[in-house]
Amino acid sequence: VLFVKFFTMNSIFIFELKAELNSDKKEKKKEAVKKVIASMTVGKDVSALFPDVVNCMQTDNLELKKLVYLYLMNYAKSQPDMAIMAVNTFVKDCEDPNPLIRALAVRTMGCIRVDKITEYLCEPLRKCLKDEDPYVRKTAAVCVAKLHDINAQLVEDQGFLDTLKDLISDSNPMVVANAVAALSEIAESHPNSNLLDLNPQTINKLLTALNECTEWGQIFILDCLANYTPRDDRESQSICERVTPRLSHANSAVVLSAVKVLMKFMEMLPKDLDYYGTLLKKLAPPLVTLLSAEPELQYVALRNINLIVQRRPEILKHEMKVFFVKYNDPIYVKLEKLDIMIRLASQANIAQVLAELKEYATEVDVDFVRKAVRAIGRCAIKVEQSAERCVSTLLDLIQTKVNYVVQEAIVVIKDIFRKYPNKYESVIATLCENLDSLDEPEARAAMIWIVGEYAERIDNADELLESFLEGFHDESTQVQLQLLTGIVKLFLKKPTETQELVQQVLSLATQDSDNPDLRDRGYIYWRLLSTDPVAAKEVVLAEKPLISEETDLIEPTLLEELICHIGTLASVYHKPPSAFVEGSRGVQHKRLPGSAESVESPEPASAAVPEASPSIIPSQGDLLGDLLNLDLTPPTSTAAPPPTSGLQMGAMDLLGGGLDSLVRPLGGDLGGNPMGAGFGAPASAMPPSFSAPASGGLDDLFDLGGGVGMPTGAYTPPKTMWLPAMKGKGLEISGTFARRSGVIQMEMTLTNKAMSVMTDFAIQFNRNSFGLAPAGPLQVLTPLSPNQSIEVSLPLNTLGPIMKMDPLNNLQVAVKNNIDVFYFSCQYPMSVLFSEDGKMESKVFLVTWKDIPNDNETQCQIKDCHLNSDAASNKLQGSNVFTIAKRTVEGQDMLYQSLKLTNGIWVLAELKVQTGSPVFTVSLKCRAPEVSQAVFQSYEAILRN
Amino acid sequence: MIGGLFIYNHKGEVLISRVYRDDIGYVAQRSFMVTSCIKPATLFNVNLFVCRRNAVDAFRVNVIHARQQVRSPVTNIARTSFFHVKRSNIWLAAVTKQNVNAAMVFEFLYKMCDVMTAYFGKISEENIKNNFVLIYELLDEILDFGYPQNSETGALKTFITQQGIKGQTKEEQSQITSQVTGQIGWRREGIKYRRNELFLDVLESVNLLMSPQGQVLSAHVSGRVVMKSYLSGMPECKFGMNDKIVIDKQGKGGDLYAFCCSGKQSIAIDDCTFHQCVRLSKFDSERSISFIPPDGEYELMRYRTTKDIILPFRVIPLVREVGRTKLEVKVVIKSNFKPSLLAQKIEVRIPTPLNTSGVQVICMKGKAKYKASENAIVWKIKRMAGMKESQISAEIELLPTNDKKKWARPPISMNFEVPFAPSGLKVRYLKVFESKLNYSDHDVIKWVRYIGRSGIYETRC
Repeated sequence: VLFVKFFTMNSIFIFELKAELNSDKKEKKKEAVKKVIASMTVGKDVSALFPDVVNCMQTDNLELKKLVYLYLMNYAKSQPDMAIMAVNTFVKDCEDPNPLIRALAVRTMGCIRVDKITEYLCEPLRKCLKDEDPYVRKTAAVCVAKLHDINAQLVEDQGFLDTLKDLISDSNPMVVANAVAALSEIAESHPNSNLLDLNPQTINKLLTALNECTEWGQIFILDCLANYTPRDDRESQSICERVTPRLSHANSAVVLSAVKVLMKFMEMLPKDLDYYGTLLKKLAPPLVTLLSAEPELQYVALRNINLIVQRRPEILKHEMKVFFVKYNDPIYVKLEKLDIMIRLASQANIAQVLAELKEYATEVDVDFVRKAVRAIGRCAIKVEQSAERCVSTLLDLIQTKVNYVVQEAIVVIKDIFRKYPNKYESVIATLCENLDSLDEPEARAAMIWIVGEYAERIDNADELLESFLEGFHDESTQVQLQLLTGIVKLFLKKPTETQELVQQVLSLATQDSDNPDLRDRGYIYWRLLSTDPVAAKEVVLAEKPLISEETDLIEPTLLEELICHIGTLASVYHKPPSAFVEGSRGVQHKRLPGSAESVESPEPASAAVPEASPSIIPSQGDLLGDLLNLDLTPPTSTAAPPPTSGLQMGAMDLLGGGLDSLVRPLGGDLGGNPMGAGFGAPASAMPPSFSAPASGGLDDLFDLGGGVGMPTGAYTPPKTMWLPAMKGKGLEISGTFARRSGVIQMEMTLTNKAMSVMTDFAIQFNRNSFGLAPAGPLQVLTPLSPNQSIEVSLPLNTLGPIMKMDPLNNLQVAVKNNIDVFYFSCQYPMSVLFSEDGKMESKVFLVTWKDIPNDNETQCQIKDCHLNSDAASNKLQGSNVFTIAKRTVEGQDMLYQSLKLTNGIWVLAELKVQTGSPVFTVSLKCRAPEVSQAVFQSYEAILRN
Repeated sequence: MIGGLFIYNHKGEVLISRVYRDDIGYVAQRSFMVTSCIKPATLFNVNLFVCRRNAVDAFRVNVIHARQQVRSPVTNIARTSFFHVKRSNIWLAAVTKQNVNAAMVFEFLYKMCDVMTAYFGKISEENIKNNFVLIYELLDEILDFGYPQNSETGALKTFITQQGIKGQTKEEQSQITSQVTGQIGWRREGIKYRRNELFLDVLESVNLLMSPQGQVLSAHVSGRVVMKSYLSGMPECKFGMNDKIVIDKQGKGGDLYAFCCSGKQSIAIDDCTFHQCVRLSKFDSERSISFIPPDGEYELMRYRTTKDIILPFRVIPLVREVGRTKLEVKVVIKSNFKPSLLAQKIEVRIPTPLNTSGVQVICMKGKAKYKASENAIVWKIKRMAGMKESQISAEIELLPTNDKKKWARPPISMNFEVPFAPSGLKVRYLKVFESKLNYSDHDVIKWVRYIGRSGIYETRC
């Protein structure tokens, strides 16, 4: 009644309230403050009453006091000067004999977020942290976190952090729990501080408090425990043993946090240990029980189970039935359950799963039905024995003629064709009947793919594709690309009657479209077809690799991180905290601890990928010493890098039937790249070891495009991988060196493979043989967002400090960003050091040649070089190797050349070219013969490219 | 941690708002309410919207006023996460910008509902408006800077009262604080009853999904043991039931009871969870359930079983399509328990196609009615003894349609209540020890009751 009255007032008569607040009668005062609070709640501005309300603060009536405090918390920020008026009362209340009032004062104090008054609050807070009453202490512990949020420096200066640490040893479990919560939060904003100094002693204290504190306290403690890394498997086991009883707690959050600790620490247990098996068995029942909680919690639990099932499928493999969808589950629960059902589907339970999915496909919610249909297709791909039944189920569904069901079914049938070639093509006729009802790009693209792929079995394939062509420009890119590929396939299969069609589509794609992807693909097909139709056939109609069984898997490193965040929002969103938390909090990436028996690889596929050899990391000592300007956080010794998964390679196969069928053989033939990771493969899956051949292959591929090739000029080697993403915490750097108009350029491609934005790039070189140093700062102006690449060109000079390196052209580089400092070393081609003024007078050349002792002459052969002497001379000149004289003796061309290094060293060369022979002989003479070897390499590189 | 907490009515008006952290933005300082419904906007628009207004409005616009069904209980709008639960037509929303423990936030929201219910009954707009001062006081206590604190009503009621605390002595004050922060935060000291009495309710819900041929597709029982205790002092309790693991263990030791009920009489519990008063480490090591109970009513444990479930009813459906405009349905139900027991509140719901034009029903027992609005025939029987059988037959007239889509035939569902536990769970003992006061286990009057209800009890047809 009270409330209604307050809330229906049209305007607050501030004046009237003011009078009431200043009334002598306690009751009247209290009612007035209540009115003020009510107005505040609905958003009315009652800040004008600040002095009057604060005047009511000095009372021994606890209820009135609480109301005034509530008002203060709301308005202090907007009236900082007046907030100081309240300070005295707080200080006084913190010494009140009643612990409830002391606690109330210290609690409210922290909520007054006014910088000016914080320092007045330090003394009372200090007293309260050491209060005799645990209720006051537990409130004061949280207050430290509040104060830290307002003024971190103050909290550190006042030594409150140490007091807070002491509270971890408090006799009262709730004080311990709140201290842990406060410390965890503060530690999050200081990623590198050792604030939460977790050692076996503190862990023991936490585990003891765990048994005694409230359910919320247990959550704080478990979440904190999850950040600890046990020293060995025995410690890990003993912690697990003390955490498992929490799995029977009625509070789901306690259970999930306990699961998080167990999932994490389990990584360290040897798998042959009996206890390991026991623990696995213990995890299943509580996870199932979470599904009988309220729907919102079920949703949180299901999102987490989705992660757990991916990491450790064995835990829930027998529990399929509990994920069956109930008629009245909320839609968000239904969709999640369906996801998990597919993950758990296996030969053993497939019959039940299919029966369920068939039921779901007749429900009302469109999203749910679509997902169910898709799930049937995924079952077919996952469990071979069920494929036939799945296909017939899908056909039944197509017969329903429900538009979205049909479309969804066609999309999955395309994948089934890929998985089981030459088995189910008999259903094509049925599919073709539904051509007209397809209105979604994905379904249209799938259907076109099918028609193109099986053109020889479909009599009117040309008519069907032609019908799509009519509205070519209105289609989405996905459909356009597929249509292009489909028609090219058709042409290669039935060339006679479809010539017109293919010309039409090629011209549509190349001339009338402004989409670069489409245009490029069109040109590639065009050239292929016009150059060599037989090769085109081999390329376009090449056998397709099988598609993988599992889809939608979370990338393993992300999965590991998310496992460390079980129960939290990150695990609900399936995104790392940095993706949705602002500022510094939560940017640290968490990792699972390494297991006792080296790194375990969850997917067998990943084992096949060779690990990068660590050879490029130079001896750390002198490197670290030299790279001064960078803020030197020593490279954290992370556990062995998680193996890259081979699965993503599989994922690209699903992208588009046509594209990869084109790219695959090309990559294989030209680049000698066995993985066939052409355009589409996510580069994160590229093992660093193959970067060199792959880029070679790609260059060739581009050359083929129009014979454009590299502009003649200074030779620039292709980019090589310098820093793989695995070593760079997601930062991948590949690069090369070039000399452009007299300036040495370090050209790099920086790629962000991490989930967070990268900023603050800087670069530094170690001393090197020729004093190479950056001529300016590394210019990365915009932050590098995830999956973005940026090309950077860094001009270099040769004014840096000099130290002889081995090999001579070795360069050690440190790159810094907001995440860490990374070190790598690379070798620059000597040719970038060849200066423009390297042409010697011919007389001087002769004298010098004679002058240099013969001991300094080195000779070397360059094989497989199909150039004549003039071409070779031109090529070399582009890289500042100047031909001074040429003579021909018995069919052998002799070129005399000179070049000058940036540090003034002259190198003289004699190049013998036998006409018709691919072998060149180079003799070098130099006063500093050490450089010869590197110069040879450059010769070889320039001439061969 | 939780940055703020809001309670909205169904129109999206803010009834309670408590902001704990600056990052979520201050509460609207305006009384103006956006009542017009803004359609779910594009992401771009949403962001703009949030920038201009604040968290409170964002939630109203995007969730409460969204035309669609709720697609997720957690919504992220412009990097702010909203957790919400709905009780009747009241929305509770917790807001945060950090990576909080999501399970904890929901548990807290449920707990807050419990606390409010314990204080002023049903959560309704009127009750919230009438108790807003109390709610703020409670929120201040149970959520500090977004960290949940002790939220046991037993403890809270000792110092948060609507009357105000008067004349507390120093002892009383420190007793309150030690209780709120103590190990037994759920019970206060000094409780006295003239009659020591306790009530145990074993409440089970039995769930079934059966194929038309009578094959059990899935069946499970989820049960709760609810206790009402009116005991003096700080009694130590021990609860025993016919848990297979315990019985097997004791059977080896020669326990007579265990011997008697070995085999079929004991039940395999798949999993159980306990109220926070139960010593979990003791359960983990010895599988014994010992605790100091809260005063009054609370839920001691929850459990789940899937093996050897007694299915109280069997439904045998028979649906025949006679031509395109007629369906004949016959459903037989059989009760499958001791003849001396009576099932109550039996209701069988037989779905009918959407194009039903008329229904004729004949049933042997109870009353049956066709409810067009629910697209179902509802057959109600007040009581039915064990080992009996009853049947209903119906003729359903259909309007001819040209809808090609087949009728999905939803399952036949059933509701009932039986006076036994379908899981087979039996309470073996509940011992009470109170060493300081002079009453013993024998002086406590104990009541045990078993109620089995239908959960989702469906038979496909």
